[in-house]
Amino acid sequence: MLGLLFFVFVLAVFLGFELISKVPSQLHTPLMSGSNAISGITIVGALVAAGQPHGGTLVTVLGTIAVIAAMINVVGGYLVTDRMLSMFRHTEKKDGSHV
Amino acid sequence: MFESDHPLITSLYIVAAVLFIIGLKMLNRATTARRGNLISGVGMLAAIVATCLLKGMTFGWILFGAVVGSAIGAVAAYAVKMTAMPEMVGLFNGFGGLASMLVAWAEFHKWRVEGWVKYHQLLGTGAPDSPLFTAVATVFTAIVGAVTFSGSVVAFLKLGEWITGKPILFRGQRWVNAALVGMILVTAVLMVVRGPQDITGYGALVVVIVLSLLLGVTSVIPIGGADMPVVISLLNSYSGVAAAAAGFILLNTGLIVAGSLVGASGLILTNIMCKAMNRSLANVLFSGFGSGEGTTSAAVQGEVKPISVEDAYYILEAARSVVFVPGYGMAVAQAQHVVRELGQLLEKNGAEVRYCIHPVAGRMPGHMNVLLAEANVPYEQLVEPGDVNPVMDTVDVAVVIGANDVVNPAAREDPSSPLWGMPIIEVDRARTCIVLKRSMRAGFAGVENPLFYKPNTRMLFGDAKATVSALVSEFKSE
Repeated sequence: MLGLLFFVFVLAVFLGFELISKVPSQLHTPLMSGSNAISGITIVGALVAAGQPHGGTLVTVLGTIAVIAAMINVVGGYLVTDRMLSMFRHTEKKDGSHV
Repeated sequence: MFESDHPLITSLYIVAAVLFIIGLKMLNRATTARRGNLISGVGMLAAIVATCLLKGMTFGWILFGAVVGSAIGAVAAYAVKMTAMPEMVGLFNGFGGLASMLVAWAEFHKWRVEGWVKYHQLLGTGAPDSPLFTAVATVFTAIVGAVTFSGSVVAFLKLGEWITGKPILFRGQRWVNAALVGMILVTAVLMVVRGPQDITGYGALVVVIVLSLLLGVTSVIPIGGADMPVVISLLNSYSGVAAAAAGFILLNTGLIVAGSLVGASGLILTNIMCKAMNRSLANVLFSGFGSGEGTTSAAVQGEVKPISVEDAYYILEAARSVVFVPGYGMAVAQAQHVVRELGQLLEKNGAEVRYCIHPVAGRMPGHMNVLLAEANVPYEQLVEPGDVNPVMDTVDVAVVIGANDVVNPAAREDPSSPLWGMPIIEVDRARTCIVLKRSMRAGFAGVENPLFYKPNTRMLFGDAKATVSALVSEFKSE
């Protein structure tokens, strides 16, 4: 199992390098904030801590705070990226005429 | 509901990972980026649903946390001004690190309360026989998560100018950081060896967290504002690493894949930023660059030629091709909208208009692109230095708006300059170069800029927004 996890880990790192290596610089910010939102995947661990009864009150407390933090990361990250990209898309229509 | 290795759960995590990969891939192109972001968001939803389907979940606290977190995130995302985007992205990132750190602590506490045998069962089938592995993963997650969190908060404070954006240096700073790292390592080993059921081992984790939070602060405060693009992308990478490490505690491949993708992409961005400044990562992180302690170059020859708005208007009016070079000064002055207006007027006047953006202009990767996109500049007009430099001789007027170090010809001409070798936008080779600037103060690097003294350079002093607005009204009054 552990060997498999490391295998997956190494492959994912290589995939990450391959996916990102040729990003035009104008997309650097959306890419950064979009991948930033993905790092909120730690919500999975937070949900388990907050939702399962094991370990007592402190685990629930830590888990709930973690859910809040991770949700800020996820929701904020995706929305702000979308907001930026909506401006990019708007300029795609060739509306050089209107001021 | 379902055990963690139930096929439904596993498939949902696989779906999530695939959607993240497709989403990131689509973020590579302007035409598909928005859909890519949405797809990656659906992936996140799949991962959340999978987790909620696990056996023994109760939803009271989860709902509470999700509602509060979502509300804060949504309000922040919509309320933030585009000029404040760097600090907001940094802060969101910090919360990801905080969450990973708390997950590590919660898991360690669960282990302490339930005992290894029970905790081992909770981890599911395939859990490592030895507690050593889980302990190492836990302490690693806690360290990286804590550094990400406090580092991002400091970056947020610096970028929002709540504290000075200048490097904060004190005597023996490197020794303090080295000592912190040493103490963290020793405490971490203690924690791993003793385990959570020994109060020493459990206490060690808390100490590790406190020390790591400190390390995040002391390692980001000596880094100056203009080096923030590097720091922000590096912290972004850290938050991914922290999430991947949490995946090793929970033995969750979804976390590992998503975390590693972010870790790798953050590293690549960091590398691009370093290359754009011709500096190593170590130099950015440890040199206190821009604190004004560096060597000052030899005195620059020539004289400064200030011009009036009217003179600048005549130069621009006659120009057939114009390149704008925006920098952090444009963001500070919030001048992006008037710059776009001036660009449109120049186009109407028959000039070819482009905006050349240096990769490290501003305070985060792509900062200028976002601001100009907000001002409705078509992205076809946003070009990179490599597109303009080869044809710079044919450019009639280069207008530098609040940029300094990224157009400093010393990078090409003066081997003793701290900027030597940095790829710059070679505006000094344009037929005329107009520099909009508030004063003759040196740029972030604290280096004199010979560009201002070149025979073909004209200085247009004043606030960027006011100056460009004045130019716009000159054009309109004709």
